Amino acid sequence: MPEDLASRRELKAVQEAMAARFGPAVIETAFKLGELTFKIAKDELRPALEFLKSRLGLDTLDDIIGLDNSRSVPAGGKRFSVLYQLRRAPGPLRLRLAVDLAEDETVASAVPVFTSADWGEREIYDMLGIRFDGHPGLRRIYLSEDFAGHPLRKDFPLAGDDDGV
Amino acid sequence: MAFKEIELNMGPQHPSTHGVLRLKLAVDNEVVLRIEPVLGYLHRGMEKLWENLSYVQGVPLTDRLDYLASLSNNLAFVLTVEKLAGLEVPKRAHYIRVILAELQRLASHLAWVGFMANDIGAVSVLLYGFEARETIMDIFEEYAGGRLTVHGIRVGGVVEDLDDKVIGMIRGALVEIPKRVRDIQLLLSENRIWKQRTAGIGVISAAQALEYGLTGPALRATGVRRDLRRDIPYSSYEDFDFDIPLGTRGDIYDRYQVRIEEIFQSLRIIDQAVDNLPPGEIRARVPRVLKIPPAEAFQTIEAPKGELGFFMKSNGTDKPERVKMKAPSFINLQSLELMCKGNLFSDVVGILGSLDIVLGEVDK
Amino acid sequence: MSSGEKYPFVLTRLDTAITWAQKNSLWPLGSGLACCAIEMIATAAARFDIARFGMELFRASPRQADLFIVAGTVTHKMAPIVRRLYEQMADPKWVVAMGNCAIDGGPFPTYAVLQGVDKIIPVDVHVAGCPPTPQGLLHGLLTLQEQIARSHPTQEILKPDARGSR
Repeated sequence: MPEDLASRRELKAVQEAMAARFGPAVIETAFKLGELTFKIAKDELRPALEFLKSRLGLDTLDDIIGLDNSRSVPAGGKRFSVLYQLRRAPGPLRLRLAVDLAEDETVASAVPVFTSADWGEREIYDMLGIRFDGHPGLRRIYLSEDFAGHPLRKDFPLAGDDDGV
Repeated sequence: MAFKEIELNMGPQHPSTHGVLRLKLAVDNEVVLRIEPVLGYLHRGMEKLWENLSYVQGVPLTDRLDYLASLSNNLAFVLTVEKLAGLEVPKRAHYIRVILAELQRLASHLAWVGFMANDIGAVSVLLYGFEARETIMDIFEEYAGGRLTVHGIRVGGVVEDLDDKVIGMIRGALVEIPKRVRDIQLLLSENRIWKQRTAGIGVISAAQALEYGLTGPALRATGVRRDLRRDIPYSSYEDFDFDIPLGTRGDIYDRYQVRIEEIFQSLRIIDQAVDNLPPGEIRARVPRVLKIPPAEAFQTIEAPKGELGFFMKSNGTDKPERVKMKAPSFINLQSLELMCKGNLFSDVVGILGSLDIVLGEVDK
Repeated sequence: MSSGEKYPFVLTRLDTAITWAQKNSLWPLGSGLACCAIEMIATAAARFDIARFGMELFRASPRQADLFIVAGTVTHKMAPIVRRLYEQMADPKWVVAMGNCAIDGGPFPTYAVLQGVDKIIPVDVHVAGCPPTPQGLLHGLLTLQEQIARSHPTQEILKPDARGSR
């Protein structure tokens, strides 16, 4: 199994720095399969990204991922999550930052911190309908403007809503 | 009356957009002011489809993403599944995967140089590149039965062992391919027309490239030394000796040089891997129905086009809860506007070509 | 035109001549959509040499082409453009659906993919495969050539309302 080569010590240092800076806003920390993940309160997302980038050297956004948790989230829980996969390049130190969002909640755009998040956020908006505040031009990226619905939502059928052409 | 800004539409059906890409350009006479790529003409809904297929069934779909480097997509996908499931892959399978992935890199770069040169007008190089590529397609066909969509790398290992015939063909390719690449270099590298159309054009600085998330040969052409095979080795790449070619100016010419050099480095890696193939199994024991308890994993590889990766979330069943692909072409395409601004409209084709994008990957 | 009808001998000879010219100089439209396009290009390259059959001249403009090889997946977003390209081609024109995606959506039964290009344009030959090998595509093109050889273009001269001399 491919091991993450970042030392446990480095990861622990990041974990401690995050706890010190954000305290209870770090809702959850997990280390599983060699991967470190933080769940952070939605309002602290932009500060957290800036802190991780400029103070802890996680200057590379590898990917940004949207999730619809409606099949697994307990009643009263938040439907969506957005995950930010960060890395201290060129090395192997990686971590994942997660924010949970209720339906119709928006989250701050990561573009002011990571320019490369631009199209990734548009993709999440297109596929899941999550809106990012402050995005330079949030609109669909794959599907036509007049497409109805967001396909990666769990209640959207694989073959689409209409009968097809 | 002075015409200032003209809006042009390129594609989605266009001989040089490398697939169904649409570019909306705003030009001032011949100088490009803005470019807006319009995507989605090949969006097939792969991520949704993966949620409806088992982990093992999802692998053949990956061949169709970057269809010029299908084995690389296979590799990234299965590495993520294996990480998620905690599957240990035998060492021999690692080495065979390296051989397949590097052969695939050769095939991808040879096709790239053919398309790139064809776009600029050197049509013969397209034929030379594709003929060299046929040598590799023959190997894939003999090994796994597929030329283009090979599906040779599976969850737990590889589809078959390398028999003597395939190894013979690989050794033959190690002799043939350098000759053909040198032919291509003779035609292009010191060619005055090639240099006029590529040197100093489509420049991106290292800082800009990093800011826009550019990865792969295009990033290395700006001088940034990043290669996942070195930085975060996977599949036993740490056992092999190879150089990482870098450029200096970040223009089209450097991107061309970097990829040509990478071809020679890939040949080195294949040579070492074939000579040192460890004995053993080629596939781990994978349960017939592979159910993975809830977890998340992210795994990237250095594909020919850049950093390719998958994020997967499992939910206890045999189907993933979510699969998200990090497609290098998608992210690299974001830098197109930056590279084209201020250049002539006729250079857009060259710059787009030098980025080496594949629409299957961009659109998923 | 059924075999029982009386048809002037001269015109059948003319048919043979015209179809001979048509089938040996098909100009494909260079419109590859996805993976099949790469095998289409490989068919046009040196080893499989589509030029043997007179088809090496891939045209970028549909106005200059008479063979539309739909090579790859047709998405709903791309479908109107495929339709428009077909309409922009002048008669006589032929369509080859190359690959499983063009035939019926292939491995993609999803919200985004048109389940077969024959839902929007008439198809003459289906070449199955994912992707079909260059040999497979050539077999399909030879089948198309045989189809053309059996057709009666002079019918259109005699009966201009009879659209399509297939």
